Amino acid sequence: MASDLPPPYTAMTRHPMMPRVNHDEAARFNFLTHFNRYLSGTIGAGNKLAYEKRVLPAFRAEHGRDPEHRYEIRDAMNRDPWHRTWSALKRNSMEMRQHFGRQVVLRQLDELDAMARQYNEHSGQLELDPAIAQPPYQTAVDIHCQPGGYHGEERPGDVTVGANYDVGLFATTGGALGGLNDGGGQAVVAWVKAERPDWSPRRILDIGCTIGHNAVPIAQAFPEAEVIAIDTAAASLRYGAARAAALGVKNIRFVQASGEDLSRWADGTFDWVQTTMFLHELSAKAMPRILAEAHRVLAPGGLILHIEQPQYSDDMPLFEQFMRDWDAFNNNEPFWSAMHGQDLKQVMAEAGFPRECQFVAGVRAVVDPEIFPPSPDKGEEDYGRAAIWNAYGAWKPLAAEAQVAA
Amino acid sequence: MSAPDTPLDWVTLSGRRAKGRRPEYFDEPALDRLYSTVFALAAEVSALRERQDTLERLLEARGTLTRAEIEQYVPDREAGRERGLATQAYIARIMRGFQQEVEAMAASDPPIMDVVERLSRE
Repeated sequence: MASDLPPPYTAMTRHPMMPRVNHDEAARFNFLTHFNRYLSGTIGAGNKLAYEKRVLPAFRAEHGRDPEHRYEIRDAMNRDPWHRTWSALKRNSMEMRQHFGRQVVLRQLDELDAMARQYNEHSGQLELDPAIAQPPYQTAVDIHCQPGGYHGEERPGDVTVGANYDVGLFATTGGALGGLNDGGGQAVVAWVKAERPDWSPRRILDIGCTIGHNAVPIAQAFPEAEVIAIDTAAASLRYGAARAAALGVKNIRFVQASGEDLSRWADGTFDWVQTTMFLHELSAKAMPRILAEAHRVLAPGGLILHIEQPQYSDDMPLFEQFMRDWDAFNNNEPFWSAMHGQDLKQVMAEAGFPRECQFVAGVRAVVDPEIFPPSPDKGEEDYGRAAIWNAYGAWKPLAAEAQVAA
Repeated sequence: MSAPDTPLDWVTLSGRRAKGRRPEYFDEPALDRLYSTVFALAAEVSALRERQDTLERLLEARGTLTRAEIEQYVPDREAGRERGLATQAYIARIMRGFQQEVEAMAASDPPIMDVVERLSRE
């Protein structure tokens, strides 16, 4: 099955800010890349077998009915010896990815910090605001089990968490995001270019950009546009801004700001507001606030687009919902479960985007197929980590259309 | 958090825990610990194999040896003895816990507390 082989870690693009890995550090990431594919593919099938052969029959015998919610399946599966074993393996894989990445970054942090400082001082592409507080949904736990989350510091002004995010994403995603970890952003660009070939947005806002790996390809694809990439986490922004500057992308600025309060931008400032794998890292109260702000700063006729894993609908089998929920309880993604259980169309409608203006499109990572094999077609086998996403979006109606709709 | 001018203890810092309580996957906590060690070792074995593969390929590229020579290598009597001994010693190291449990079954030592109490009296 040679076509299923992920590329070696050394296929990653070594942009100037990317932490340098030595031979064995790259080899450890290679191990994790293969190990993750093995866990989700080869032995991941054991979860469904355990469910169908013993967990579900036992549940039926005890309750006289089928499970009615993914949480009932979770409670039952968490008592199953195979699922516990598999979860322990996967949790360890996540922890190893963080540990290995932090060893790479921390041993060369002096150089990385100095380089980031130099890029950021010269480029003028970084704008930090110490008054921005870290929201509770970012500090309750360290998301993805990444020590320090997106915002923590080993020392004032460092880039550890951003650099660690960049250096290890390859291993978690099995190399599916391409040489610059930007397959998600490239997917967004490909969708927009196909949908509106002649569209040339002038101002683009990316909310929750972390290190800008998905915002930079948008800036590259629309060189005439001004891209503002915001996040609350300075530690990620410092790395992201330096990374963009190192890649020579000048039409993007990294601004420390919260999506919940975009008051520094007037109504209708942006032609396009983007979030990529961001909404699931919020909270029940923060998500509608951010969507309402996004609606306010979006110009009539503009595009809002959210890239996420598919929402749980009644059409999605409960077992699949349970498997997709794994990260919520085992990989520190505490809003993942509630967010995917929501009717995102309704949430967007309440934020001001009429249902008739909304759409859902499937997109997949756009990468160099010579080096990076495409994500397997059967997205459900990866249960939440395949580089295949749903784009939940809307074209904001022009004022006249809105009046008619009202 | 370190002061800006002190060198970072990167080995210690790299192992920092992520905030958020870790699920317990097994009834026996030692099993959770054992998994973390075993799979870190598995990663290390994989990295070692990759490094050895790199060495072999570089040596072959420079004409020092061919990988076919490695596959066809047959140790002479002395080398075979040395390697056999090294393998025995290795197995003894990794199997110590099992081997000593067998010895202990034969020895039937009393609990250490019995000895502690006895020596405090006698």
